[in-house]
Amino acid sequence: MTFSAFLFQALNGLSTASGLFFIAVGLSLIFGVSRIINIAHGSLYMLGTYIAYTFATHIDGGLGYWGGIVATALIVGVLGALIEIVLLRRIYRAPELFQLLATFALVLVINDATLWLWGPEDLLGPRAPGLRGAIEVFGRQLPSYDLFLIFIGPLVLILLHFALARTRFGRLVRAATQDREMVGALGVNQAVLFTSVFALGALLAGLGGALQVAREPANLATDLVAIGDAFVVVVVGGMGSISGAYLAAVIIAEVKALCIGIGVVDFGFVTVNFSKFTLVAEFLVMAAVLIARPYGLLGKPQAAVRSIAEPEEPIRPATPMLKTLAVIVLALLMCLPLLAQSSPYLLILGIDVLIAVIFATSLHFIMGPGGMHSFGHAAYFGLGAYGAALLVKWLGAPMGIALLVAPLAALAGALLFGWFAVRLSGVYLAMLTLAFAQIVWAAVFQWEGFTGGSNGVIGVWPPPPFDKSWVFFVLTLLLAIAAVLLLRRLLFAPFGYAMRAGRDSVLRAEAIGIDVKRVHWLAFAIAGGICGVAGGLFAFAKGSISPETISVGRSIDGLVMVLLGGIQTLTGPIVGASLYALLQDTVMRQTEYWRALLGIIILVLVLAFPQGIVGAAAHLFGKRRAP
Amino acid sequence: MSELMLTVENLSAWYGAARILYDLNFNVGRGEVVALMGRNGAGKSTTMKAIMGLIAERQGVVTFNGGDISRLKPFEIARRGLGFTPEDRRIFVDLTVMENLDIGRQPPRNFPDGTPAPSWTPSSLFKLFPNLAEMPQRLGYRMSGGEQQMLTVARTLMGNPLLVLLDEPSEGVAPLIVEQMANTIVELKKEGLSILLSEQNIHFARLVSDRVYVLEKGQIHWQGSMTDLADNLDIQRAYLTV
Amino acid sequence: MSVLEVRALSKAFGGVRAVNDVAFVVEPGEFLAMIGPNGAGKSTCFNMINGQLAPDSGEILLEGKNIAGLAPRAIWRLGVGRTFQVAATFGSMTVVENVQMALLSHAGEIYRFWRPVAQMHRVRALDLLGQVGMQDAADRPSRELAYGDVKRIELAIALANEPRLLLMDEPTAGMAPRERNELIALVKRLVVERGVSVLFTEHSMDVVFAYADRIIVLARGRVIADGNAAAIRDNAKVREVYFGTGKTFAGAAS
Repeated sequence: MTFSAFLFQALNGLSTASGLFFIAVGLSLIFGVSRIINIAHGSLYMLGTYIAYTFATHIDGGLGYWGGIVATALIVGVLGALIEIVLLRRIYRAPELFQLLATFALVLVINDATLWLWGPEDLLGPRAPGLRGAIEVFGRQLPSYDLFLIFIGPLVLILLHFALARTRFGRLVRAATQDREMVGALGVNQAVLFTSVFALGALLAGLGGALQVAREPANLATDLVAIGDAFVVVVVGGMGSISGAYLAAVIIAEVKALCIGIGVVDFGFVTVNFSKFTLVAEFLVMAAVLIARPYGLLGKPQAAVRSIAEPEEPIRPATPMLKTLAVIVLALLMCLPLLAQSSPYLLILGIDVLIAVIFATSLHFIMGPGGMHSFGHAAYFGLGAYGAALLVKWLGAPMGIALLVAPLAALAGALLFGWFAVRLSGVYLAMLTLAFAQIVWAAVFQWEGFTGGSNGVIGVWPPPPFDKSWVFFVLTLLLAIAAVLLLRRLLFAPFGYAMRAGRDSVLRAEAIGIDVKRVHWLAFAIAGGICGVAGGLFAFAKGSISPETISVGRSIDGLVMVLLGGIQTLTGPIVGASLYALLQDTVMRQTEYWRALLGIIILVLVLAFPQGIVGAAAHLFGKRRAP
Repeated sequence: MSELMLTVENLSAWYGAARILYDLNFNVGRGEVVALMGRNGAGKSTTMKAIMGLIAERQGVVTFNGGDISRLKPFEIARRGLGFTPEDRRIFVDLTVMENLDIGRQPPRNFPDGTPAPSWTPSSLFKLFPNLAEMPQRLGYRMSGGEQQMLTVARTLMGNPLLVLLDEPSEGVAPLIVEQMANTIVELKKEGLSILLSEQNIHFARLVSDRVYVLEKGQIHWQGSMTDLADNLDIQRAYLTV
Repeated sequence: MSVLEVRALSKAFGGVRAVNDVAFVVEPGEFLAMIGPNGAGKSTCFNMINGQLAPDSGEILLEGKNIAGLAPRAIWRLGVGRTFQVAATFGSMTVVENVQMALLSHAGEIYRFWRPVAQMHRVRALDLLGQVGMQDAADRPSRELAYGDVKRIELAIALANEPRLLLMDEPTAGMAPRERNELIALVKRLVVERGVSVLFTEHSMDVVFAYADRIIVLARGRVIADGNAAAIRDNAKVREVYFGTGKTFAGAAS
């Protein structure tokens, strides 16, 4: 590549960086004040593109396009304010996980609403009036619109910086970022402050989305892609730093642009297509930054958010009653194959439930006792599923080998990602794990030649005798029992205690010689490995695997299962997974808009039990208000 | 005592299922310095937070400056002229001294009888706290514990309060700063401010307070004038000192 | 040999010298108090000794071995116990499990994946709890305890690895005067029995003057005085920067 081509790509990267900046900065601002990671921020961005498309195509000329962009930003800002007032305001005091879940429910609802309003087709807007041309830069044609984008990012950065540094609103935002309760105690109406910050963040996301209308088609998958990108930008730039957000956006956009710019390079002995490495490059940038600066380039360690979750009871061995119950349930499950003749679907459902149990139990292992709120457990499910399926596809491996490799592939992935994840905590960890899962998903999607891309891998059927569903059911049952008992045993052993010690108090654990990061890393890897078993079983149970089945949705399914059952009990994930899998199989598949339905169910749960379901039960049966 | 600034009737508070306060009754008169004393965990801080509306689960009636504030939000309570200085200071460490003061800024206000309440500006506060005057642009996290303690009081005064809840001003700061803090409280009292103080250190409390309520396990066990408490070694031994 | 010797220790934050060329020793069996105004560098000094911070320069010799820059867990393994200003225990565990954790770690048994913790080192843990008078609470969740009792648990945990040096950051912070004296008396008794040295920071002058064998005073990052209670009490400079007139505490009124 010539030097001028290199510079040209760099310019291109700058225009992409502006888009990344708009979405990341709003996310960061909102988190700073409200301490809520708004996963629906990507959805607001997506809505921006759709709404701007509608304006631009229904009103002619500059007014429809440019006026439409301004109107879109305002509309999305108002929508953000409404979301804050109607939903988030009610859950500020709820446990962090519930807040994340609520905003994810919004993602589902907004996605289906968009599908309903605009349909499933990609919609490409018109080119921007007045900026349709291109100018010549370094001997190439740079669209004038891209040049406009290059400047608008820094312009907004400067405006925001000025507003935060010099105005009373900015001072209040900075103060509330640190201690919102104290700001209230000094006579500041926090509700107004929160709503306005949320509206501002949403407005920026809407603006960012609207500005893309001339460059990229409005697409229903934008929401999660955008939030994944935003998480990476925020983690790299440092939470709460708007300059950091721009810096990180530039770095990431540049690295991607250069990968594409370099294109196919022939090293003589091997040809490498660098444009396929954009995701790997993004990952490497993030990895490098996190090693050097765990809180991002310009970030600072955040003060721990005061935990308001219900305190946890010490763990006790199973009571005789629980043991009896477990034996009865197992006996019933063993009887299930007897019904295979009359209702074969029952066994399929049983297999689904058991796979969900392994998935949820392994997630609970790191989330509950480990305190690591992974939002990307689907990654290890996917590595297990694809590990097994690809082995069958390319090497014709027998099922036994494939099921052995599934956890090993997941374990390897969890070791790699976990190494970074355990360096963070709380919402940072949640964002990072989600970003990792997005990377696995996208890698599977992009690497078409190896993974089959969006078509996935098909024909992964179990050999006889496992082709009979009752035999496969028994295999799944045995593996599920083994996984659950193994994880439980670990929790009662010194290793499990050390993991909880690290969660309860890092300071104290380190002061008695426990290497908390190492313990948590190992735990993360073990959970990933066990989750891989679920993935491997899934591939054989369905006979196929596609990127769709390992998307963010699956990670969130896991979270809902764990929270449904109660994060503080060891049997919780088993109950939660069973309930949720049954619900999903029976109710959810009845409608095309099942995402919205799921989202609404989650919202109802969160609003009805803002203290968590376990907390609600404790309040119900508790001795509150006793004199 | 002429008129009552703050009256607390049957105040109770809970943290989740745990009850912390049991039907507290006390009051603070205009221009008076009243100390809540008791050991750690007795409920002093919880009492202040409950008055300030910072504890969701509370019962009882709190009357401030003639109005019922029991069901108001913290910011509404602050806007009625009730200042709060928390024990852990909670200054905004990423903001400068001047910016911290600005966050606390509220318009001047009058007492019900029309006399103006003491009102403050950064420059008048810098006279009260000369240390702060030397560092108007210093960021909070660069300040020592003692300086932070002064800033948190100054920040509250920027709201021109009629009464200040002062939670453990002597905890965790050097004796020299404690002494300065005592002098400040005496100054503020002279200006006509009322103060409800929570304190464990009897040597400090006796320098500044008029009356005392002794708390133990969320209940008031003794009340009386500071001089009576100073003479009553039994009470001191039972609830406070060695 | 001294248990601990600090030489020319310095640490700066953004140009501000928080600790500036500090040197002192802790002798075997000594109960040494470090006092000084807020921001004098006590916490910074303490955090360098316990491994939380790496010094810019200087040496920290634990029985002759330089431990400057080591991680907290490495320093713990060399025989340094710690208690925190805000007591920290494992809230989801019982009292005895808290102590068992320290014993498990001391025995190098953290990476055991099979045998249940329940009976591991329980007897020894109960014995340690007995020494701090908390055996009766052994099987209660540690988060249910009163603050003063949590401090005792911390002490039992800190003693679990048979330390030669105990670092206590404001051991009596947040406690009522009566509890303060009981706790410090307990610490003093235990360390005398075991021959452990103690370095502690403290704002309660009553405690310092009653129990410390020797006192060092820090101000603006430097040691400005080093001596016994009487010498420190009469030191004009210490009065000027720290004590004031002494009317806000009882012990200093000479």
